[in-house]
Amino acid sequence: MITRETITINMGPQHPSTHGVLRLVLELEGEVVVSCKPVIGYLHTGIEKEMEYRTYHQNITLVDRIEYLSSYHEELAYCLAVEKLLGIDVPKRAQYIRVIMAELNRIASHLVWLGTSALDLNVSSLLMYCFRDREEIMELSEIVSGQRMMPGYFRIGGVQQDLPEEFFPRVRRFLDEFPRRLEEYEALLTHNLVWRERNEGVAVLRPEDALAYGVTGPVLRGSGIAYDVRKAFPYSSYDEFEFDVPLGKNGDAYDRYLVRMEEMRQSRRIVLQALDRLPEGPVLIDDRKVALPPRRELVRSMEAVIHQFKLVSEGIHPPKGEAYAAVESPRGEKGYYIVSDGSNRPVRVRVRSPSFSNLQALPVMVQGGMLADVVVAIASIDIVLGDVDR
Amino acid sequence: MRGAADLTPVQAFLQDCLGEAVLEVHRFRQDATVLVSPERILDALAAVREDPWRFVMLTDLTAWDRYPAEPRFEVVYHLLSLERRERLRIKTRVPSHDPVLPTAVPLFRGANWFERELWDLFGIRFHGHPDLTRILMPDDWEGHPLRKDYPLTEEPVEFKGHVPKVPSEIIPYVPPPRRDDP
Repeated sequence: MITRETITINMGPQHPSTHGVLRLVLELEGEVVVSCKPVIGYLHTGIEKEMEYRTYHQNITLVDRIEYLSSYHEELAYCLAVEKLLGIDVPKRAQYIRVIMAELNRIASHLVWLGTSALDLNVSSLLMYCFRDREEIMELSEIVSGQRMMPGYFRIGGVQQDLPEEFFPRVRRFLDEFPRRLEEYEALLTHNLVWRERNEGVAVLRPEDALAYGVTGPVLRGSGIAYDVRKAFPYSSYDEFEFDVPLGKNGDAYDRYLVRMEEMRQSRRIVLQALDRLPEGPVLIDDRKVALPPRRELVRSMEAVIHQFKLVSEGIHPPKGEAYAAVESPRGEKGYYIVSDGSNRPVRVRVRSPSFSNLQALPVMVQGGMLADVVVAIASIDIVLGDVDR
Repeated sequence: MRGAADLTPVQAFLQDCLGEAVLEVHRFRQDATVLVSPERILDALAAVREDPWRFVMLTDLTAWDRYPAEPRFEVVYHLLSLERRERLRIKTRVPSHDPVLPTAVPLFRGANWFERELWDLFGIRFHGHPDLTRILMPDDWEGHPLRKDYPLTEEPVEFKGHVPKVPSEIIPYVPPPRRDDP
């Protein structure tokens, strides 16, 4: 008599291909996955709770730590939400600088995804190439903000300081070189037989499932649904730039790969347009109740000193109300929902993290597939566990 | 009810459709918000899911603690309509003595983890949820950390020579001010 037997195995939380501390409880019949249950929370830091005890400006330091691969998007989403609460507009130049940094950050984040997901399929050399290019963006970030990761560069009402002169030639050199690099990577992968066999038809997510789970970002677009926050709800002057939103057809890991590769090209296109058309003007709002006064004013204006003191010690007081603002992070819709009671600390800061919703669709992707394809599925979602667990 | 002049069509529709169950509608900073009584929350979600509104995507489901006001917890559903390129926020309030809502999983499968998170961090239960267990905190954790009466403390560390700080040394605890209804 033949009996059906399944075994349950535990994958993670310490596992090289879970991209962090993700644990999966897998039920297997032979090599086939019968069911998959993600267990999360290993990187829960309680940042949402912590933010209720800090002032609005102090929180910029905390939000950087949530999705550490795309801190600029994290800061941007948080600042947009607070600015919406306050009802203020950011100077044009600051909006463009934000776009430049956010799109460079998207390229850096996608490069980490490309390198690590290729490493999962044993293309170990690509990781080195990708990190070489990412290193250049990290250094650009250091020139601008003084930090490679977790920059703390955006402020409520603008950015901390203007772009320095040496930034421009370096970013142009990088952007000139970048398409050639991308072609090299694509030559390694796109028509590579092993890469295609491991990715095509693997971890398929149908569009109706993607919608039901609230999946966003390249995973949703890989399934053929054209939803990009930059196009649907333009923020930070994104409606002034020309770019395409690449779409997949089959919703498999290979389509997600193609979507992300094209997104890097589009990001480069946006940065070039923003550099060419960068408007002159201030980079921080001229509102002493929101933004710090310039340093040169502090030596001769008592009023400026008082504003500085009030802002540093007490912070800003948004009006009573609630606001939700979202940006398109490299992983999808990153939203901040802030409730204010009129005091200098938020009552509630909710972080809508794309990785959380995207990971929830993982069981649908891997069910009925092979155990080895689970690794491909995790890599193709491009989760950041700091973002999942917050 | 305030701000009735600049309501979006879907807000007006919900008002017609649910009548008395719509407790408040407003647009603060252009965000369309509808406050619904908890008994009719699923009806509201289901109604805007249909044509012509097609709010088929639950982008976010969260809550916040209005302590010490009652009803204490405000549960917030953020919906998205791809066709209309429009967001809608539907809220409801549940009291502290019995924080229970019907589950939204049959309507939006993605609500599953969001509701587990609300149980975990706020202690709000969802009737009919397939697997209402803790998701972010450890299974044996006591209390619900995002409640306002749950103090911000340091986690005990099992190292020699470690003197745990009392909460007030980390960040001075300021009791939340009494708020009237926002």
